[in-house]
Amino acid sequence: MTISIDPQKTNNESLQPKGWLRYFSFSLDHKVIGIQYLVCGFLFYLIGGTLASAIRIELASPMSDFMPRDVYNQVLTLHGTIMIFLWIVPVVNGAFGNYLIPFYVGARDMAFPRLNAVAFWLIPPSGLMLVASYFVDGAAQAGWTAYPPLSITTPQSGQIIWILSVLLLGGSSIFGGINFIATIIKLRRPGLKLMQLPMYCWAMLGTSLLVVLSTPVLAGTLILLSFDIIANTGFFNPVLGGNVVVYQHLFWFYSHPAVYIMVLPAFGLVSEILPVHARKPLFGYTTMVFSIMGIVVLGLVVWAHHMFTSGTPPWMRLFFTIATAFIAVPTGIKFFNWVATLWGGKISINSAMLFSCGFIINFVFGGITGVALAQVPFDIHVHDTYFVVAHFHYIVYGGTVFIIFSSIYHWFPKVTGKMLNEKLGILHFIITFIGFNLCFAPQHWLGLNGMPRRVAEYDPQFQFVNQISSLGALLMAISTIPFLINVFLSVRNGKDAGDNPWNALTPEWLTSSPPPVENWEGEAPLVEEPYGYGKEISEQK
Amino acid sequence: MLNKNIYLILIISLVFAISFWIGFNVNLLPAEASINAPIYDELFKILFIIGLIIFIGMTIAVIYSLFKFRKRNDQIGDGIALEGNLSLEIVWTIIPSIIVLLIGLYSYNIYDRMGGMKELNHNHEMMSSNTEKIWAGISQTSDNEIAINNLSIEVSAMQFAFLFNYPKGNFISGELHVPVDQKVSMKMESKDVIHAFWVPEFRIKQDIIPGQPTILNFTPTKVGKYPIICAELCGPYHGGMRASIVVEDESDYNEWFNKNKKPEVNL
Repeated sequence: MTISIDPQKTNNESLQPKGWLRYFSFSLDHKVIGIQYLVCGFLFYLIGGTLASAIRIELASPMSDFMPRDVYNQVLTLHGTIMIFLWIVPVVNGAFGNYLIPFYVGARDMAFPRLNAVAFWLIPPSGLMLVASYFVDGAAQAGWTAYPPLSITTPQSGQIIWILSVLLLGGSSIFGGINFIATIIKLRRPGLKLMQLPMYCWAMLGTSLLVVLSTPVLAGTLILLSFDIIANTGFFNPVLGGNVVVYQHLFWFYSHPAVYIMVLPAFGLVSEILPVHARKPLFGYTTMVFSIMGIVVLGLVVWAHHMFTSGTPPWMRLFFTIATAFIAVPTGIKFFNWVATLWGGKISINSAMLFSCGFIINFVFGGITGVALAQVPFDIHVHDTYFVVAHFHYIVYGGTVFIIFSSIYHWFPKVTGKMLNEKLGILHFIITFIGFNLCFAPQHWLGLNGMPRRVAEYDPQFQFVNQISSLGALLMAISTIPFLINVFLSVRNGKDAGDNPWNALTPEWLTSSPPPVENWEGEAPLVEEPYGYGKEISEQK
Repeated sequence: MLNKNIYLILIISLVFAISFWIGFNVNLLPAEASINAPIYDELFKILFIIGLIIFIGMTIAVIYSLFKFRKRNDQIGDGIALEGNLSLEIVWTIIPSIIVLLIGLYSYNIYDRMGGMKELNHNHEMMSSNTEKIWAGISQTSDNEIAINNLSIEVSAMQFAFLFNYPKGNFISGELHVPVDQKVSMKMESKDVIHAFWVPEFRIKQDIIPGQPTILNFTPTKVGKYPIICAELCGPYHGGMRASIVVEDESDYNEWFNKNKKPEVNL
């Protein structure tokens, strides 16, 4: 049986600032930390988005004419690094994980509140350091993958700051992962069984296992890389007998699971959102749990599909093809289950639901190109081209970022006690969906026809399609405006939400909105059926 | 109930028909100019059609659900309390598994036809002296064939250019010339950072790695001039790192070769 430890109320709670100031403090409250993660992540999203706009402006014309070539490489490196390590990973894990997991397990806080606060407060300084490295001697310019020997031979200060920053962010991620595992396993209220947990807990358990297993490998790799840069060692430096392909193996051993670290929590979040707005139980709870764990296991053994054109022997290529393609099976199960969740429901068509459905459509598309990319002969042609760029943006933007927005529309009433404006929300969805597809769908064609990724200049025959893509990027940039207006207006003047505007059954809705510091006035409720929609009706019959 | 099934079958057939029509009529790929290209395009077409069926099917299912099961204004209460359906879940586990497995086996077959599964240690004598280790690439020829092949070319890549060394003619060219319909074997090595050799019309790509030679073999099938593109980020001028491959008739090629050939210097 599980042991439930009620976390001691922190004795220095009276010293904690109240009101908005607490968001700038070393708060130990998981809800405050969750919002800190979300707002901090969103600010970096705006920076990363500005960099993306700069890339699309440069690519609106075939010549390299908008910024110097080395600055372009810095921009694309920072764009990738910021979007992954400072926006998506902290937000889908840190923000929603911290806010929701203690509610879901019936605890008053995370297992290690101080570690939790440390994990968050590592992010702003390392993020600022990363952005500021541009003003030192130029930021890192070897791409977010930092392949040696390019990362060894480009200006050192930028690369070293990049490594330091990613190490700190990786540390933050590991702290968070340990905390989630401990909270989910050990802090469940008495009587709550593992198979009664909301799906997001399972997603975070799987994600945290991946974080704890694979992030240390990245840390070790980057430390070796930094030795190569500052101490003239030769781990990855071919001039000194080092091996550049070994770096790629070590790097992708983390960075492919990193994809699942970015999408598994989104799978969890959408599993919370769809049943509420479709008024139906989550379809196939048990298969969902097993498919998450299946993705975790398979996710650890597919990394070399990023290296089909580097030096890998044929048998290895074959193994990684089959392993990668098989991830489509557990992932496919989840998508079929979500559509089955919608089927026969009483669906409210609102912003949260639209973004979730947009996620399903975009992710299915990205998943299909993913299975194609897993095939060695297919990948050999399109590897390192815009086809790949399009594919992973369908996964991380069309997938995860859509779910982040969906989640914001869904949980905003819980956090603030106010509703977001639905008309602005739907406008936000429409512009985002059109802009996103306009930006990234044409890039598949570019890649197939000969445009490599990470270039500042390209053949004139690709200009028209690139301009369509840039137009889509412009729409995506514009789409943040109704969202920001909506958030700022609704925080102050939004319609009162009441405690449970969606009539949801998961535990976070069974308290006041916004929730009290200790989460529930009395004892935490025991929610045995977080998706028990329609049960009362069938009982009445 | 029968009516519903008929509609379902109709819609599924329509999705299949549309997918096949698009798959066969929409060409997303550049010209085919090597032996590899038609093999690649065959795989692409099959993946494209399967992908379209799944994508169109899922999109229709989502949009249909949103319309059909949307909450009307006068409705209250929840949908049906359906928590799962084991047989349905087994079906959509097994069918995708079979599809994925078949695709995997088929692409293995494609890869084998491209020559990807051939052993790559064609430098037997050199291997024993431990000076060379060939890492990877696509090989369409066996060891013996390469030994008698006149067209072995040494490619060196550096920031931001490709150089093509023709050992038989003892000269170096910045433009790759090859005769049509003949096997070409290239040994590639980088002088500085990682580059990649990509010819989109040939559907081949191979990284060029410092310290570890890679090989790439191909057979061009169409006369013409095609771009050679560096596909691995290699520095500020990465986007400008281009060269050309000129595929020409044997006589044109020989003329070009003899014009550039330098007499061997015996020391």
